[in-house]
Amino acid sequence: MGIPINAVNASNEVSIGAGIRRKSLAKRIIRHWQLYAMISLPLAFLAIFNYWPMLGIQIAFRMYNPVGGIWHSPWIGMQEMQFWLQSPYFWPTLDNTLTIGVYSLIIGTIASIVLAIALNEVKHLWFKKTIQTITYIPYFVSAVVLVGMMQILLAPSASPLAGLFHLFGVSNVPDWMSSPGAFSSLYVWSGVWQTTGYGAVIYLAALSNVNPELYDAARIDGASRFQRILNIDWQGIKPTVIVLVILAIGGLLNAASLEEVFLMQNPLNMSTSQVISTYTYQVGLVDANFSFATAVGLFNSVIGFILLVIANIVARYVSDTSLF
Amino acid sequence: MSLPSTQFTKSSEHRNHVRESTGDRLFLILIYSSLTAIGIAVVYPMIYIISSSLSSGAAVIDGKVWLWPVHFTLDGYSAVFRYNTVLPGLWHSIIYSVGGTLLTVILTLLMAYPLSVRDLVGRKIFVWLLLFALMFNGGLIPFYIVVQDLGMLNTIWSQIVPFALNVFLIILAKTFFQASVPQALREAAEIDGASDFGFFMRIVIPISKPIIAVIALLTMVTDWNSYFPALIFLNSTSLYPLIMVLRSILEFNNVSMGGFGFMSTLSPQELIYYQNVATLLKYSLIVIGSIPMVALYPLAQRYFVKGVMIGSLKD
Repeated sequence: MGIPINAVNASNEVSIGAGIRRKSLAKRIIRHWQLYAMISLPLAFLAIFNYWPMLGIQIAFRMYNPVGGIWHSPWIGMQEMQFWLQSPYFWPTLDNTLTIGVYSLIIGTIASIVLAIALNEVKHLWFKKTIQTITYIPYFVSAVVLVGMMQILLAPSASPLAGLFHLFGVSNVPDWMSSPGAFSSLYVWSGVWQTTGYGAVIYLAALSNVNPELYDAARIDGASRFQRILNIDWQGIKPTVIVLVILAIGGLLNAASLEEVFLMQNPLNMSTSQVISTYTYQVGLVDANFSFATAVGLFNSVIGFILLVIANIVARYVSDTSLF
Repeated sequence: MSLPSTQFTKSSEHRNHVRESTGDRLFLILIYSSLTAIGIAVVYPMIYIISSSLSSGAAVIDGKVWLWPVHFTLDGYSAVFRYNTVLPGLWHSIIYSVGGTLLTVILTLLMAYPLSVRDLVGRKIFVWLLLFALMFNGGLIPFYIVVQDLGMLNTIWSQIVPFALNVFLIILAKTFFQASVPQALREAAEIDGASDFGFFMRIVIPISKPIIAVIALLTMVTDWNSYFPALIFLNSTSLYPLIMVLRSILEFNNVSMGGFGFMSTLSPQELIYYQNVATLLKYSLIVIGSIPMVALYPLAQRYFVKGVMIGSLKD
């Protein structure tokens, strides 16, 4: 709708001489001075809290000291970055970050799609609303509460988990919260508990746009319920799924929720639970090694940026939708 | 119960013509029973925590609670308000989340509306500045140093200001404005002598209630629930929000006697009381800490779906 208007404006501008155009440009700016006044406050926030920190990235290449700050600490070049790339923590941390990201992306997406399709088949409105409400509530619970609940429910003694094991005659209840092997599954499935209902909303919206006549036609042609889901529902939400998955791949390095991972960490599961964001926090704010932590953070930002740009190009190519 | 839409009547009409096969009916039963199982699996942890918070400490320790409260008592809840860090924490949480939400809503509207005006010179540059900030950031430490240089460490401002600008929400609001504020209406108002700001206040804000609700709710839930700003920017526990109080009790199992105002030597009654509530405190605190946000649910249900729909509109 807006595109033709823009096009007309543009062609007008081109046809008018350059001198007049500059004048009208100044006029257009003055005419909207109030809009610039409005935007100046958020722009100040953007400059201070988003762009000023980007200038601070230079301390990844300086030997940071509080007196010199980001501008006057001595240069040391790529030393910290090399140190990170050759660190024994590099591969395990990257591996953990990607494992958690990919695992939760796959399971989380499937869970939301399955829930949405199942809810879409339900014909009793009260039942649909009840299930939707129940699955939606955990989204409002904080990471602190989520992890606290896991610690309580999955404790090796006097917990529902222990009760379940005893029920089957197993007295040796595993301590999952301290087990390196269980960490990624605990993280992913607790995430499923928390966000599936929320994630299903967008797929339900896509399903509600499917033409109901398609179902009727399929039914008359003798398609089974499962065939209808596969050929109508799935086809209806596929574009949405593709876009969301591609964009999620772009954000893969930051997919692991720092708040939740950090709370679930303990000395026993550290070999699988250390991700880049928690490692940055550890070396930066706990060990106070600012330059090294900035180098690690920069590595994360650059790789994340490249992934996002690639994902966006692919999304635009595949489905004509993109973030920018 | 309000009866279902046209789709329902349509399909029941068709049921007269095309009978459902046995396989289809079995499949539908499978869907209903799976959804019931999912519902139970999701709701059970919440019921367990609530029931434990209403049981006696001894029953909880012995693992006697599995569904309903055992030896019903409200001791856990009275302990919450007796424990010395809870009320200040609650107060701080309210300040941080209300203040943070207010600031975020203001910043979002002030930026999103001008960016939705098509003939604003420099609009593209501003949008690119936003998108680039969404894709690339300086990382934790440079961000920390900025907040430090501003002198905000260990102040309430560190909990409200640094995270207030939310690029994602600005893009959401901009998309909304572009879809629901007609350019022609704005131009007509301009010809009638309305200023940009006057139009914004008198026309744009009133028709934007749904998007304002979405922004406020999303921000409120995030601000109330996140502990990271407090973890990195507050050294002293005296400014901690409730979520940090909860974290120290849950993570370190750290319920101090001093928190209840007890001296180092406890009378026998005090000891029994302490042992009881030291167990219950985490359960009741989980419930108290979660209730305000879960209570937003009815509102959220109305507006979140709208928000998701707006977000999925193409720019």
